[in-house]
Amino acid sequence: MSETVSKDNTLRALGVALAVAFVCALLVSVVAVGLRPVHKANIEAERIAQLELVLAALSDIGRAQTIDSLEARLVNLATGAFDESMDPTTFDAARAASKPATSVAIPADLDLAGLKRRALLAQVYLVRSSGGVIDLVILPVSGRGYQSTLRAWLVLDGDTRTVRALKFYQHGETPGVGARIEDPEWEAQWRDLPAYDDDGVLRIGVRSHGAGYSDDAQYQVDGISGATRTAQGVDGMLRFWMGEFGFGPFLQRIREERL
Amino acid sequence: MQDSKWRILSRPLIDDNPLTLQILGICSALAVTTSLDTALLMSFVVVCVLALGSGSVSLIRNYLPHSVRIIVQITIIASLVIVVDQVLQAYAFELSKRLSVFVGLIITNCIVLGRAEGYAMQNGFVASVLDGIGNGLGYSLILILVGAIREFFGKGSLLNVQILVPTSQGGAFEPLHLMLLPPSAFFIIGGIIWYIRRKRPQQVEKPEFTLRQLQQESE
Repeated sequence: MSETVSKDNTLRALGVALAVAFVCALLVSVVAVGLRPVHKANIEAERIAQLELVLAALSDIGRAQTIDSLEARLVNLATGAFDESMDPTTFDAARAASKPATSVAIPADLDLAGLKRRALLAQVYLVRSSGGVIDLVILPVSGRGYQSTLRAWLVLDGDTRTVRALKFYQHGETPGVGARIEDPEWEAQWRDLPAYDDDGVLRIGVRSHGAGYSDDAQYQVDGISGATRTAQGVDGMLRFWMGEFGFGPFLQRIREERL
Repeated sequence: MQDSKWRILSRPLIDDNPLTLQILGICSALAVTTSLDTALLMSFVVVCVLALGSGSVSLIRNYLPHSVRIIVQITIIASLVIVVDQVLQAYAFELSKRLSVFVGLIITNCIVLGRAEGYAMQNGFVASVLDGIGNGLGYSLILILVGAIREFFGKGSLLNVQILVPTSQGGAFEPLHLMLLPPSAFFIIGGIIWYIRRKRPQQVEKPEFTLRQLQQESE
């Protein structure tokens, strides 16, 4: 009996709680710090694996590159200017988009991709010709699909007017239906597609089923039957990221200044 | 309390299964069983956390003031979960991304706190570790069974090895999309509970109240 009384002594409770908290904190810190190099290596390996996909797409269109020939840059999306404040290869876009300090809310009427927030900066890759002129622009794009977030690389020509490829590197769409956005036949539709009309209006997109022939036909690809929502997601994703709240200012700057 | 060590380990598998008898830990069982590989990894993680959590709580049980015992147990469990999550992110990066928040949510899994408070606080170190492993394995058994059923009928594969060829690739198998949605786990777990209780009627709970027969008015 006397033992239970002494066990419930306030000082003793505090002491035990502090001791447990200290041991637990030590354990968690040691593990977290000790494993940090492995985590970093994993994230870098994932970045390389995602880039290998776009490299494969580039070699499919006869513009083979190596990882070292891609020029990684950070872009300030609002101004379209390059941002030199940190190393572009270690930039974590998903993390940046989730933190209030490094992201911005997307106005509802502009949120075609259903993302709600986007990071202030974005990581882009450039391919330059031997003369130093931009040959290809590789942009990361993302948006809500039917049941997952779609993530893809959008490859544009150096004049930013023509889509050369669209390569999905992450999605969780229904196998056999929405997941067909990864099919080579569907991806092939994105080769050499004009994104703007002669007046400079953005026309790119995915044709919805039964739309028939329209003026937009030459700027759009066929949807996927049975995957209307996924196709709409791809459509909204491209319109958002090529639009004024996405990479619009950056693309504008490339066109004007031929950076 | 004088159960043999083997009994401590084996009782939670069927006779006292945390999922099918105590109906604990259902949330994670729905979320991580869309495929067998995630179910296996989750099982492994829960067994580790249960064994280590129950073991550590048992070790300090005689020094633990009654008033702060739950918060101390939670602190220990939460630390273990963070450690395991960090290890997974380091050495099973792809799978840990698919398990996403559900590794972290083990902290709130009733089984872990239930065993710490209900068993490890009264029992010795070895018995508590065995009890943790046993309950973890009981949870794993159901998780793996549900994961295998859902992946097989939902995708026609097991451990990502395609067994049945789906119609979209010219085969004869039409994937049951329902199996990949959370409700199907309810149906399967319900079916498993029904089967176990049919075989072991002593698990059937007594009705909390019975309908009274209406008295027939006789003339």
